[in-house]
Amino acid sequence: MLSIDRSIIDAIVAHARRDHPDEACGVVAGPAGSDTPTRHIPMDNAARSMTFYEFDSMEQLRVWREMDDRDEEPVVIYHSHTATEAYPSRTDVSFAGEPGAHYLLVSTREPDTEEIRSFRIVDGVVTEEPVEIVAAVDPHAVQSYMFGQSPATVDYECSDR
Amino acid sequence: MAIEVRIPTILRSYTGGAKVVEGSGDTLGDLLVDLDSRHAGLRARLVTDAGALHRFVNVYVNDEDVRFLGALDAKLNDGDSVTILPAVAGGAFGFAAAAAIAQHSAAAAAAAIAGPRASVTAR
Repeated sequence: MLSIDRSIIDAIVAHARRDHPDEACGVVAGPAGSDTPTRHIPMDNAARSMTFYEFDSMEQLRVWREMDDRDEEPVVIYHSHTATEAYPSRTDVSFAGEPGAHYLLVSTREPDTEEIRSFRIVDGVVTEEPVEIVAAVDPHAVQSYMFGQSPATVDYECSDR
Repeated sequence: MAIEVRIPTILRSYTGGAKVVEGSGDTLGDLLVDLDSRHAGLRARLVTDAGALHRFVNVYVNDEDVRFLGALDAKLNDGDSVTILPAVAGGAFGFAAAAAIAQHSAAAAAAAIAGPRASVTAR
Protein backbone atom coordinates (compact mmCIF):
# COMPACT_ATOMS: atom_id res chain seq x y z
CA MET A 1 0.00 0.00 0.00
CA LEU A 2 1.08 3.56 -0.68
CA SER A 3 0.34 5.92 2.18
CA ILE A 4 0.77 9.54 1.16
CA ASP A 5 -0.09 12.93 2.58
CA ARG A 6 -3.05 14.83 1.14
CA SER A 7 -0.96 17.98 0.59
CA ILE A 8 1.53 16.04 -1.58
CA ILE A 9 -1.25 14.46 -3.66
CA ASP A 10 -2.78 17.92 -4.12
CA ALA A 11 0.59 19.26 -5.32
CA ILE A 12 1.02 16.34 -7.76
CA VAL A 13 -2.49 16.81 -9.16
CA ALA A 14 -1.89 20.57 -9.49
CA HIS A 15 1.34 19.83 -11.41
CA ALA A 16 -0.47 17.39 -13.70
CA ARG A 17 -3.29 19.90 -14.33
CA ARG A 18 -0.79 22.69 -15.01
CA ASP A 19 1.08 20.69 -17.66
CA HIS A 20 -2.05 19.14 -19.23
CA PRO A 21 -2.33 18.17 -22.11
CA ASP A 22 1.40 17.34 -21.88
CA GLU A 23 2.37 14.59 -19.47
CA ALA A 24 3.78 15.77 -16.14
CA CYS A 25 6.33 13.82 -14.09
CA GLY A 26 8.22 13.97 -10.83
CA VAL A 27 9.42 12.32 -7.68
CA VAL A 28 8.47 12.26 -4.02
CA ALA A 29 11.55 11.58 -1.94
CA GLY A 30 11.51 10.14 1.55
CA PRO A 31 13.98 8.93 4.17
CA ALA A 32 15.75 5.77 2.94
CA GLY A 33 14.00 2.64 4.16
CA SER A 34 10.99 4.54 5.53
CA ASP A 35 8.62 3.93 2.60
CA THR A 36 7.22 7.36 3.48
CA PRO A 37 7.07 10.03 0.76
CA THR A 38 7.80 13.45 2.28
CA ARG A 39 9.47 15.77 -0.25
CA HIS A 40 7.72 16.56 -3.54
CA ILE A 41 10.06 17.30 -6.45
CA PRO A 42 8.28 18.23 -9.71
CA MET A 43 10.56 17.39 -12.66
CA ASP A 44 10.66 18.80 -16.19
CA ASN A 45 9.26 16.54 -18.86
CA ALA A 46 12.18 16.79 -21.28
CA ALA A 47 10.03 15.18 -23.99
CA ARG A 48 7.25 17.82 -23.59
CA SER A 49 4.81 15.39 -25.11
CA MET A 50 1.19 14.40 -24.67
CA THR A 51 2.12 10.72 -24.87
CA PHE A 52 5.65 10.46 -23.50
CA TYR A 53 7.62 11.70 -20.54
CA GLU A 54 11.28 11.65 -19.78
CA PHE A 55 13.29 13.16 -16.95
CA ASP A 56 15.99 15.54 -18.14
CA SER A 57 19.16 13.54 -17.49
CA MET A 58 21.09 16.43 -15.93
CA GLU A 59 18.19 17.43 -13.66
CA GLN A 60 17.87 13.79 -12.64
CA LEU A 61 21.56 13.56 -11.74
CA ARG A 62 21.24 16.66 -9.56
CA VAL A 63 18.08 15.44 -7.82
CA TRP A 64 19.37 11.88 -7.30
CA ARG A 65 22.63 13.21 -5.80
CA GLU A 66 20.67 15.52 -3.54
CA MET A 67 18.58 12.56 -2.33
CA ASP A 68 21.78 10.59 -1.75
CA ASP A 69 23.28 13.44 0.30
CA ARG A 70 20.12 13.66 2.41
CA ASP A 71 19.93 9.87 2.85
CA GLU A 72 16.69 9.79 0.91
CA GLU A 73 15.40 7.60 -1.88
CA PRO A 74 12.72 8.02 -4.57
CA VAL A 75 9.71 6.62 -2.69
CA VAL A 76 7.24 7.70 -5.38
CA ILE A 77 7.84 8.24 -9.09
CA TYR A 78 4.79 9.80 -10.70
CA HIS A 79 3.57 10.85 -14.10
CA SER A 80 0.29 11.73 -15.72
CA HIS A 81 -1.62 10.21 -18.57
CA THR A 82 -3.64 12.97 -20.15
CA ALA A 83 -6.05 11.09 -22.42
CA THR A 84 -6.05 7.53 -21.09
CA GLU A 85 -6.52 5.65 -17.83
CA ALA A 86 -4.02 5.73 -14.97
CA TYR A 87 -2.51 2.34 -15.77
CA PRO A 88 1.13 1.66 -16.73
CA SER A 89 1.71 1.37 -20.48
CA ARG A 90 4.15 -1.10 -21.96
CA THR A 91 6.60 1.78 -22.27
CA ASP A 92 6.19 2.57 -18.56
CA VAL A 93 6.92 -1.03 -17.68
CA SER A 94 9.97 -1.38 -19.91
CA PHE A 95 11.54 1.74 -18.40
CA ALA A 96 10.66 1.09 -14.75
CA GLY A 97 14.10 1.00 -13.10
CA GLU A 98 13.42 1.66 -9.42
CA PRO A 99 12.17 -1.62 -7.93
CA GLY A 100 11.63 -0.01 -4.53
CA ALA A 101 9.48 2.85 -5.81
CA HIS A 102 5.73 3.28 -5.92
CA TYR A 103 4.81 4.20 -9.50
CA LEU A 104 1.96 6.67 -9.14
CA LEU A 105 -0.16 7.49 -12.15
CA VAL A 106 -2.61 10.37 -12.38
CA SER A 107 -5.06 10.57 -15.25
CA THR A 108 -6.23 14.06 -16.14
CA ARG A 109 -8.47 13.00 -19.01
CA GLU A 110 -11.57 14.14 -17.06
CA PRO A 111 -11.53 17.90 -16.40
CA ASP A 112 -13.19 17.70 -12.97
CA THR A 113 -11.95 14.46 -11.44
CA GLU A 114 -8.59 12.77 -11.21
CA GLU A 115 -7.92 9.08 -11.32
CA ILE A 116 -5.04 8.25 -8.96
CA ARG A 117 -3.55 4.76 -8.90
CA SER A 118 -0.29 3.27 -7.66
CA PHE A 119 1.74 0.31 -8.86
CA ARG A 120 4.85 -1.68 -8.09
CA ILE A 121 6.77 -2.56 -11.22
CA VAL A 122 9.47 -5.19 -10.62
CA ASP A 123 11.12 -7.26 -13.37
CA GLY A 124 8.39 -6.28 -15.83
CA VAL A 125 5.57 -7.38 -13.53
CA VAL A 126 2.94 -4.76 -12.65
CA THR A 127 1.12 -5.07 -9.32
CA GLU A 128 -1.50 -2.52 -8.36
CA GLU A 129 -1.67 -1.45 -4.73
CA PRO A 130 -4.18 0.56 -2.70
CA VAL A 131 -3.50 4.27 -2.11
CA GLU A 132 -4.21 5.75 1.30
CA ILE A 133 -4.38 9.54 1.29
CA VAL A 134 -3.78 10.83 4.78
CA ALA A 135 -4.84 14.26 5.95
CA ALA A 136 -1.93 16.34 7.17
CA VAL A 137 -1.69 16.24 10.94
CA ASP A 138 0.08 19.14 12.55
CA PRO A 139 1.59 17.69 15.75
CA HIS A 140 1.61 21.14 17.36
CA ALA A 141 -2.06 21.82 16.77
CA VAL A 142 -4.55 21.09 19.49
CA GLN A 143 -6.85 18.42 18.14
CA SER A 144 -10.44 18.11 19.19
CA TYR A 145 -12.89 15.83 17.52
CA MET A 146 -16.63 15.74 17.73
CA PHE A 147 -18.03 12.47 18.97
CA GLY A 148 -18.06 9.98 16.10
CA GLN A 149 -15.74 12.04 13.94
CA SER A 150 -12.45 10.59 12.77
CA PRO A 151 -9.38 12.12 11.11
CA ALA A 152 -9.93 12.46 7.39
CA THR A 153 -8.34 9.55 5.59
CA VAL A 154 -9.36 8.49 2.12
CA ASP A 155 -8.62 4.98 0.95
CA TYR A 156 -8.53 4.12 -2.72
CA GLU A 157 -8.79 0.41 -3.29
CA CYS A 158 -7.32 -1.16 -6.40
CA SER A 159 -9.69 -0.63 -9.28
CA ASP A 160 -9.70 -4.25 -10.34
CA ARG A 161 -10.86 -5.59 -6.99
CA MET B 1 43.87 3.49 -12.83
CA ALA B 2 40.96 3.59 -10.40
CA ILE B 3 37.57 4.92 -11.37
CA GLU B 4 34.75 5.03 -8.86
CA VAL B 5 31.46 3.72 -10.23
CA ARG B 6 28.13 4.36 -8.50
CA ILE B 7 25.66 1.53 -9.02
CA PRO B 8 21.86 2.06 -8.88
CA THR B 9 19.66 -0.15 -6.69
CA ILE B 10 18.34 -2.16 -9.63
CA LEU B 11 21.85 -3.29 -10.65
CA ARG B 12 23.26 -4.02 -7.19
CA SER B 13 22.37 -7.70 -7.56
CA TYR B 14 25.44 -7.81 -9.84
CA THR B 15 27.75 -6.15 -7.29
CA GLY B 16 26.83 -8.16 -4.21
CA GLY B 17 24.75 -5.22 -2.99
CA ALA B 18 27.63 -2.74 -3.27
CA LYS B 19 26.60 0.85 -4.00
CA VAL B 20 30.06 1.86 -5.19
CA VAL B 21 32.61 -0.29 -7.01
CA GLU B 22 35.96 0.48 -8.61
CA GLY B 23 37.18 -0.31 -12.07
CA SER B 24 39.64 0.77 -14.72
CA GLY B 25 39.70 1.60 -18.42
CA ASP B 26 40.64 4.33 -20.87
CA THR B 27 37.07 4.63 -22.12
CA LEU B 28 33.63 3.90 -20.71
CA GLY B 29 33.46 0.83 -22.95
CA ASP B 30 36.74 -0.50 -21.50
CA LEU B 31 35.56 0.23 -17.97
CA LEU B 32 32.37 -1.79 -18.49
CA VAL B 33 34.36 -4.75 -19.83
CA ASP B 34 36.63 -4.52 -16.78
CA LEU B 35 33.65 -4.35 -14.38
CA ASP B 36 31.98 -7.30 -16.11
CA SER B 37 35.04 -9.47 -15.36
CA ARG B 38 34.22 -9.14 -11.65
CA HIS B 39 30.48 -8.45 -11.82
CA ALA B 40 29.33 -10.81 -14.56
CA GLY B 41 26.16 -9.72 -16.32
CA LEU B 42 26.43 -6.05 -15.44
CA ARG B 43 27.64 -4.97 -18.88
CA ALA B 44 24.74 -6.69 -20.66
CA ARG B 45 22.33 -4.53 -18.66
CA LEU B 46 24.05 -1.38 -19.91
CA VAL B 47 25.11 -2.21 -23.47
CA THR B 48 22.80 -3.56 -26.21
CA ASP B 49 23.61 -6.56 -28.40
CA ALA B 50 24.40 -4.04 -31.12
CA GLY B 51 27.11 -2.57 -28.89
CA ALA B 52 25.43 0.74 -28.04
CA LEU B 53 24.63 2.18 -24.65
CA HIS B 54 21.19 1.04 -23.53
CA ARG B 55 18.33 3.51 -23.71
CA PHE B 56 17.07 2.55 -20.24
CA VAL B 57 20.10 3.88 -18.37
CA ASN B 58 21.82 7.21 -17.95
CA VAL B 59 25.57 7.13 -17.46
CA TYR B 60 27.53 10.15 -16.30
CA VAL B 61 31.25 10.86 -16.14
CA ASN B 62 31.66 13.28 -13.26
CA ASP B 63 28.90 15.82 -14.01
CA GLU B 64 28.29 15.07 -17.68
CA ASP B 65 25.89 12.75 -19.48
CA VAL B 66 28.08 10.41 -21.57
CA ARG B 67 25.65 10.77 -24.50
CA PHE B 68 27.35 14.13 -25.01
CA LEU B 69 30.86 12.73 -24.49
CA GLY B 70 30.84 10.00 -27.13
CA ALA B 71 28.83 7.39 -25.20
CA LEU B 72 30.92 4.20 -24.85
CA ASP B 73 33.90 6.01 -26.39
CA ALA B 74 33.87 8.63 -23.62
CA LYS B 75 37.42 9.06 -22.32
CA LEU B 76 38.13 8.32 -18.68
CA ASN B 77 40.93 9.52 -16.43
CA ASP B 78 42.24 8.31 -13.10
CA GLY B 79 40.05 9.64 -10.32
CA ASP B 80 36.95 10.13 -12.50
CA SER B 81 33.63 9.23 -10.99
CA VAL B 82 31.09 7.36 -13.11
CA THR B 83 27.42 7.38 -12.05
CA ILE B 84 24.82 5.00 -13.47
CA LEU B 85 21.12 5.85 -13.00
CA PRO B 86 18.01 4.21 -14.41
CA ALA B 87 16.53 6.54 -17.03
CA VAL B 88 13.10 7.64 -15.86
CA ALA B 89 10.73 7.72 -18.81
CA GLY B 90 7.49 6.30 -20.08
CA GLY B 91 4.14 7.51 -21.25
CA ALA B 92 0.71 6.64 -22.47
CA PHE B 93 1.30 5.05 -25.86
CA GLY B 94 3.85 2.46 -26.82
CA PHE B 95 4.10 3.32 -30.49
CA ALA B 96 4.24 7.06 -29.94
CA ALA B 97 6.84 6.54 -27.25
CA ALA B 98 8.93 4.47 -29.61
CA ALA B 99 8.79 7.32 -32.13
CA ALA B 100 9.75 9.82 -29.43
CA ILE B 101 12.69 7.65 -28.41
CA ALA B 102 13.85 7.40 -32.01
CA GLN B 103 13.56 11.18 -32.44
CA HIS B 104 15.33 11.84 -29.19
CA SER B 105 18.16 9.46 -30.03
CA ALA B 106 18.53 11.02 -33.46
CA ALA B 107 18.53 14.51 -31.93
CA ALA B 108 21.06 13.50 -29.29
CA ALA B 109 23.28 11.93 -31.93
CA ALA B 110 22.99 15.02 -34.13
CA ALA B 111 23.81 17.24 -31.15
CA ALA B 112 26.81 15.08 -30.32
CA ILE B 113 28.08 15.37 -33.89
CA ALA B 114 27.39 19.12 -34.08
CA GLY B 115 29.51 19.66 -30.99
CA PRO B 116 29.73 17.76 -27.74
CA ARG B 117 29.19 20.88 -25.67
CA ALA B 118 26.38 22.46 -27.68
CA SER B 119 23.53 20.66 -25.95
CA VAL B 120 24.98 21.08 -22.51
CA THR B 121 25.68 24.80 -22.72
CA ALA B 122 22.25 25.38 -24.27
CA ARG B 123 20.56 24.42 -21.01
